[in-house]
Amino acid sequence: MLLELTKEEESALKGEQGEIMQMAYRILVATGEATDAERLVPIEWAHLSGVNYNTIGDAGEEFLASISKNARVKVKTTLNPMGFDIDNVSDYNLSENFISKQLSIKNSYETMGVTPSFSCIPYEIFDIPNPGTQVSFAESNAAIHANSFDGLKTNKESAFSALASAITGKSPYSSLRKEESPDLTIRMKVDNPNELTFGMLGFFAGKVGNNSVNISGVGEMDRRSCKALCGGMGTSGTCAKFVFGDGEPGCEKVDFDKKEMQNVHDELNTAEKGDLITLGSPQLGLEEMSDLVHKLKGRSFKKRCMIFCPRAVKEQARKIGYTNELERAGCEILSDCCTCLTPLICKDDVDAVTTNSIKGAFYLKNSNGVDVNLKPLSQIIEDETR
Amino acid sequence: MRKILVKGKTQGTVLKSNDSINFLGTVDKKTGKITDKNHELYGQSIKDSILVFPSGVGSSVGAYTIYSIKSNNSAPLAMICQKADLTVATGCALADIPLVVVSDEEFSSFHTGQQILLDTESPNPVTLL
Repeated sequence: MLLELTKEEESALKGEQGEIMQMAYRILVATGEATDAERLVPIEWAHLSGVNYNTIGDAGEEFLASISKNARVKVKTTLNPMGFDIDNVSDYNLSENFISKQLSIKNSYETMGVTPSFSCIPYEIFDIPNPGTQVSFAESNAAIHANSFDGLKTNKESAFSALASAITGKSPYSSLRKEESPDLTIRMKVDNPNELTFGMLGFFAGKVGNNSVNISGVGEMDRRSCKALCGGMGTSGTCAKFVFGDGEPGCEKVDFDKKEMQNVHDELNTAEKGDLITLGSPQLGLEEMSDLVHKLKGRSFKKRCMIFCPRAVKEQARKIGYTNELERAGCEILSDCCTCLTPLICKDDVDAVTTNSIKGAFYLKNSNGVDVNLKPLSQIIEDETR
Repeated sequence: MRKILVKGKTQGTVLKSNDSINFLGTVDKKTGKITDKNHELYGQSIKDSILVFPSGVGSSVGAYTIYSIKSNNSAPLAMICQKADLTVATGCALADIPLVVVSDEEFSSFHTGQQILLDTESPNPVTLL
């Protein structure tokens, strides 16, 4: 074993500080061994996944109910989306069982002292700590965003490693937490990219990259494209960081050109049109809500359009008037939940969904079992509004 | 053998995939069946196998899927990977499923249908039967 523990950490691993601590340290040790870490370091913020009842099921719900009797988080801890928005859950055909199990999960996290943010974009709704701060982010797009855009340091945590970090305030000092240069450079060759192109670039990068990659040939990106890149990358691989630039001279080079893009498109695009539209995976921030209002210019959607955002964003959007305008255009605005693994879209009612999200597309296709029609937002507005 | 991530001893039949696995959304948490049509193991169940695959990929919540399939008695007996990833490492740690990481050479020597004995405490953890 490479990982060296302090006397106190050893004692926790042996069970001398209770079952919860023992479980948390067993998870940290497996994490440390997997990432060749030599010691544990303190972290200042944990972001947990494993909230949606649709994803963690009865086993997850029972596990959380059981540990929440004794487990308490030691550091600031925030939370991924759950399965629905309590404000409008009655509009959707969810079972009583789903709702009560979901509320039990919510309750377990709150009992443990977790902030119920229900968001997969913590980097857009919370203050970002000083550069170099060690955090533990499960939620793959958030981990990649934290490492690549926010100057923070995190592993591509699993739901359990982030939970163990929240309970202990520690995480293994793995290579992603150190200053190491990527050994692979992806050369972006596609002209005039939009957010869908960046999502596909991310999906490709996740498949070819290992821990981290350089990406060259990319100009200015808007926030939507940055999030699409992180979402796509987190879906397909183990890669948790990218660095813009050519990298060191000896770096292996791989091109992302029209052919590579077409391959990703062919894998995920399975329909010519959708019965409904979803926007948000990752959830939309205020800037994207504002941009959407301006792009609509008073037009309305011809079919259902579901918009997923954090509650904090929905409340701000309501005060500014965006919510009214989007509802006028026929949008259903949902907070606390997201496209990814949503129980609100069921293959019994829906054949195909139109979205601009590569991450959303992957899970809609594989988990919800519906077909997907991929289009960038500008095209969605052109084709689907009047 | 490069690393032992979760200790244990078991015996069973190898089910090998050269595709990585995103446990969330592509493995049924009740039956252990692979639901991704583009996956080499599409339609097959990983239940009671010695699952040999390159690594886990994608969502962090996949760790809960591993815990769920174990609770639903649909989990593999053990997992053997080429590369360690945190979703599989922590899912197996909590569900107590033996997990080892092997070299590329060892990885390519595994084939579906082989009977093997895995014992992480032994000097030769993998024995062909």
